[in-house]
Amino acid sequence: MPIVFQKTRGLTDNETHYCPGCTHGIIHRLVGEVLEELGVLDQAIGVAPVGCSVLAYNYFNCDMHEAAHGRAPAVATGIKRVRPENIVFTYQGDGDLASIGTAEIVHAAHRSENITTIFVNNAIYGMTGGQMAPTSLPGQRTTTSPYGRDPKQVGFPIRIAEMLATIPGATYVERVAVDTPGNVRKAKAAIKRAFETQIKGEGFAIVEVLSTCPTNWGMDAPTALNWLRENMIPYYPIGKYRDPAEEE
Amino acid sequence: MAKVLMKGNEAIGAAAINAGCKYFFGYPITPQSELPEYMSRELPKHGGVFLQAESEVAAINMVYGAAGSGVRVMTSSSSPGIALKQEGISYIAGAELPCVIVNIVRGGPGLGGIQPAQSDYFQATRGGGNGDYRLIVYAPSNLQELVDFMQLAFHKADYYRNPVMVMGDGMIGQMMEPVEIKKMDEDNLPEKDWATTGTGGKRKPNIINSLYLAPDVLEDHNEHLERKYKTIEENEQRYENHQLEDAEVVIVAYGTTARIAKTAIENLEKKGIKAGMIRPITLWPFPEVAFKELDEKTKDLLVVEMSMGQMIDDVKIVNEGKRDVHFVGRSGGMIPTPQLIEDAVMKIVEGRK
Repeated sequence: MPIVFQKTRGLTDNETHYCPGCTHGIIHRLVGEVLEELGVLDQAIGVAPVGCSVLAYNYFNCDMHEAAHGRAPAVATGIKRVRPENIVFTYQGDGDLASIGTAEIVHAAHRSENITTIFVNNAIYGMTGGQMAPTSLPGQRTTTSPYGRDPKQVGFPIRIAEMLATIPGATYVERVAVDTPGNVRKAKAAIKRAFETQIKGEGFAIVEVLSTCPTNWGMDAPTALNWLRENMIPYYPIGKYRDPAEEE
Repeated sequence: MAKVLMKGNEAIGAAAINAGCKYFFGYPITPQSELPEYMSRELPKHGGVFLQAESEVAAINMVYGAAGSGVRVMTSSSSPGIALKQEGISYIAGAELPCVIVNIVRGGPGLGGIQPAQSDYFQATRGGGNGDYRLIVYAPSNLQELVDFMQLAFHKADYYRNPVMVMGDGMIGQMMEPVEIKKMDEDNLPEKDWATTGTGGKRKPNIINSLYLAPDVLEDHNEHLERKYKTIEENEQRYENHQLEDAEVVIVAYGTTARIAKTAIENLEKKGIKAGMIRPITLWPFPEVAFKELDEKTKDLLVVEMSMGQMIDDVKIVNEGKRDVHFVGRSGGMIPTPQLIEDAVMKIVEGRK
């Protein structure tokens, strides 16, 4: 029987450690498929973060480098400056990129490092057990905002795509979600565009992916997807924020 | 190459490029800024990359990435900047990557000052970062040693897959001396088959990593590192002995402080007092073998540092209580004079009478 569908070569056969219903698996697969479809998997070097996707180096089937918390864009800069012919990407969560690593991501964008960043925003610290993230929504209860996030005390959630879009060096900026099959397809298209931006040598590209954390949100998987759609997307509108094709 | 007159910070850059280092990631800080300036001017001429990072933290992580992809790479800074790099240094040591870190030391703690000091001895030899790790630390006392140790640092980093620090006080960075930049024989280096270069579809993915979640596996990793450090301790101790024979008092000093101590030893000789010196060249591994060669007549060790006394801890450890250990030093950017050292020796000798 002819094979009509199989797992992408962009991912290894290792079983992932992600919780049931977590959307990291979808996003991993999209990145793996894109690397394979663009024919760049064998020249790809990925940089894994600290957070839930800290073990991403076990899952992407390419050379990988595990970075310190928030430093992935700096590590990727070092790699890309040495090996401009390789395809270099970071895969980071919202604690990693939007809190401890804001300096590194802002300046990687500012220098327009020719790298691709996949930014997974699930509005919480997953790995450490559900603490408040800079991206947690107003009123959202977490283990360090047990009475709900109070913007008067800790500020409003940070909108990374909008912020980075103000930087001239941020060539391609798009926010997507993986809550529906349609949105998953759009997310894949955005990830592909982000890697194509690098292949063309056009500079820094980032895709912010709105993602779920059923475990730490305290929901089952379908409820988490609904919560993403009803709460995250209104605060974090999906769409393109910078696109060289539309600015020509 | 003939001898040329160079400033210390620039000589570091020239020696690094000569050693095949084409990548420099740094951040400006006094008193080492001539080095990134030199690299920004010279590296593009050699097909290399100079990048001024947004912070010392980012710079060391760029080094981490570049070292992981298999090239000779360096960064430089001064004391508070090196403090910021400790996170990255720990990761680099844990992931067993080669790189060279230059510290042109200034006074501390905190923002401290910008004048020469040796008060980062603990930071360099005890590790400011987390975990069980070690750096090889070279402490040159003149610019010829500085350029020689830069080449050696890259070589040893590659040989042991370990970060190496070259530590000079502010004087080393700022003074000018004639140097000859030589090329060393480097035939015995292993291939960097662990580097992230892209698989090319020809091998399994390489992973650069310092994370080991299973405690037994992390312990195995720590034991592997410890075996490497033991090998380094056995093979890489460097020091200079100066007039140890019949010395009543032996001074222990490194870097430019050792040069001042040599003048003090000459002056003491004229007064009929025999003093000698052990000059540690590697601060880690600390040259304990040097102390086994001491004359039986030597009853006192005088540690001289541009700090409130840090290396003295290592001297006490290797001394094993055999001799009296004394200290004299200046700090905050103040430089010890030969007279200060002479007076300290005289006090010890007179106290014995």
